[in-house]
Amino acid sequence: MPRRVFITGFGIISSIGFDHKETLASLLAEKSGIGEITLLETIHKGKFPIAEVKMSTNELLEATKNPGRKDLTRTALLGMIAAKEAVDSAGIVNMTAYRTGLISANTVGGMDRSELFYQSFLHDNRKGKLMDVVNHDCGDSTERIASHIGIKHFVTTISTACSSSANAIMFGSELIKNGKFDRILAGGTDAVTKFTLNGFNTLMILDKQSCRPFDDNRAGLTLGEGAAFIVLESEEAVRKEGKLPLCELKGYGNANDAYHQTASSPDGTGAFLAMNKAVAMSGLQPDDIDYVNVHGTGTQNNDLSEGVALERIFNNKTPRFSSTKSFTGHTLGAAGAVEAVMSILAIRHGIIWPNLNFTTPMKELKIQPETKLIRNVEVRHVLSNSFGFGGNNSTLIFSKI
Amino acid sequence: MKAYINGIGLISPQKTTEPGAFLSEVIEHIADYLKCIDPNYKAFIDPMAARRMSRLIKMGITSAKLCLSDAGIAMPDAIITGTGLGSVEDTEKILNSLSKGEQLLNPTPFIQSTYNTISSQIAINLKCHNYNSTYVHRTFSFESGLLDAIMLLNENSADHVLVGGIDEMTVNHLNIIRRLGHFKMTASSNFDLLKYESPGAIAGEGSGYFLLSSGKNERTYAGISGIGSFYKPDGAEEIKKRVISFLSTLNLGIEDIDIFLTGLNGDREFATIYYQFSENLFHNKPLAYFKHLCGEYHTASSFALWVAANCIRNQVYPDILKVNTKIPDQVRNILIYNQYNGVNHSLILVSA
Repeated sequence: MPRRVFITGFGIISSIGFDHKETLASLLAEKSGIGEITLLETIHKGKFPIAEVKMSTNELLEATKNPGRKDLTRTALLGMIAAKEAVDSAGIVNMTAYRTGLISANTVGGMDRSELFYQSFLHDNRKGKLMDVVNHDCGDSTERIASHIGIKHFVTTISTACSSSANAIMFGSELIKNGKFDRILAGGTDAVTKFTLNGFNTLMILDKQSCRPFDDNRAGLTLGEGAAFIVLESEEAVRKEGKLPLCELKGYGNANDAYHQTASSPDGTGAFLAMNKAVAMSGLQPDDIDYVNVHGTGTQNNDLSEGVALERIFNNKTPRFSSTKSFTGHTLGAAGAVEAVMSILAIRHGIIWPNLNFTTPMKELKIQPETKLIRNVEVRHVLSNSFGFGGNNSTLIFSKI
Repeated sequence: MKAYINGIGLISPQKTTEPGAFLSEVIEHIADYLKCIDPNYKAFIDPMAARRMSRLIKMGITSAKLCLSDAGIAMPDAIITGTGLGSVEDTEKILNSLSKGEQLLNPTPFIQSTYNTISSQIAINLKCHNYNSTYVHRTFSFESGLLDAIMLLNENSADHVLVGGIDEMTVNHLNIIRRLGHFKMTASSNFDLLKYESPGAIAGEGSGYFLLSSGKNERTYAGISGIGSFYKPDGAEEIKKRVISFLSTLNLGIEDIDIFLTGLNGDREFATIYYQFSENLFHNKPLAYFKHLCGEYHTASSFALWVAANCIRNQVYPDILKVNTKIPDQVRNILIYNQYNGVNHSLILVSA
């Protein structure tokens, strides 16, 4: 009998809330976090909307009780806040009572600071503040988060583009199932940077309006920032502590589209394989899934590919689905964990989240997303997709206890 | 459970891509860093595709292909890469453009700067739809990949996993790391690594892929019996405790270790950690090193794994690896111990 893995806590910070309570309130009010750029210093202000966490980096330093610290990136600070909330919500007081690990994920490490450093450095290689570059790599923010919450046993970081934190959750679950750890804090964090904004602009996949996932007139994604973490625990740890878990991580799958570095295949091969593996592991039938939190970026390519794969896996009986990126923007390395939290909230509160900004069904598909907030429904099983550049596709399935 | 190394592809500052005797000829580098000897990439990658690829991507695909052909496996069940920094060259290209102002960038370096590009380019190249992941945590990157691979084998989710460690050095990156005090300020000889009394390591780079399988065959080099990593230990005592407990979970004791292969890197400050450690735990044991052959980089332990696997398969202990004069009775268990800045410590136990 394979070991079961439970979720006992979660934490989130994004453009729609500084914690999970605010996040829930924004979702219920159908209030998106996408808007004009006010914090990021960029020439694209007024041109592209993004979903910023409306707290300056100095305010984040205050919020984490680190005023004046020069070595913490925005990515690390967002992660610290979400990780702390997750640990507290799981009721963990003693971090060393169980074998505990941290698996974080991000896409550009401390790029919010590196881009400052390089500006000076590339003009004169003796220039540039070293405090702006010591945190360049992806592992830096993970270690800052570990120190902030007191994890010492195990740390690592995953970067598989936009599926990064879904893979962090999968790896965390594997470590528990293999008996290596009792508790894993898994998730991801990414701050919006000039590097990513200009990079995505170059690929011409940024919508000048708020993103419109699965709409026929969609014109690209909207970048967002944020962090989310969930606490995974073994059945033994849950029983020993007498905890009532929030839900169970019932299945997951990782597959590669192996088609193109940035474009997904028109037949959605990788997306189908990832969902298929996840459903198989969960022991459920596709019919058992009550809600799909789709990757749904709003790009031409993703939504078509994902839509085709959904129709195939659910055999034209696709359950209700929506992209909550219409609320939070695309939080890249954090997206898998942010949407894991959305999925858990859907199960806990019996609510299906609406897909905002949708008006016209896609010509190529028979399915269309849920556009209204639906309350008082039984949400037993949620399937959540996270697909990334490089064809890195991952699917998670969360189930009610 | 043990995973068997059934194939290896390694691009390094040594002649590791050429068939021939293991470390029979060793290259001296008197330079700012140990640069990889580039194989003829055109023999491995379609020239049209290669034209747009940065060097790191070519290194990754080529070493992965060398590994699969060494193992006689066409399609792995999973592809996993560990990289501390991904494509530094591509990241620098974007930052260089941005330092001149926000503008439309060349999309290729942006796409390739994404850390998972190596694993996914290998997948695209092989048309491999299977499990695919990338670990990016300093000197834990390769070790995390190995751990993931071994768990996949353990659960029968895979029979053959391709797992690699890859990082590159660039002139700009070297300048930055030198200013941080992590690397030596002047050109040095790799052969003098143990003699240096100065701070900073000798820098290097490399790309090593390994085909790990659940079963042994006639191509098997060695097995990996255990992977351990620990973060920010309180001091020498805690390191010692962690190592003893790592070995005891594998039902082994200090006496079972035949060669202790350390990440000595020429940095005065951290040499103490290794020497103290070997004094404390392995004082009568053969003490070995490898970073004079490949230099220091986040995934240098992949080079160490190549060294250990070859020592075991060939039942040899080449002089070039020796720090002390102790000779092992047999070459059955090699413990690789690597650390970074006194913070990230990792262990790999390679066994016959």
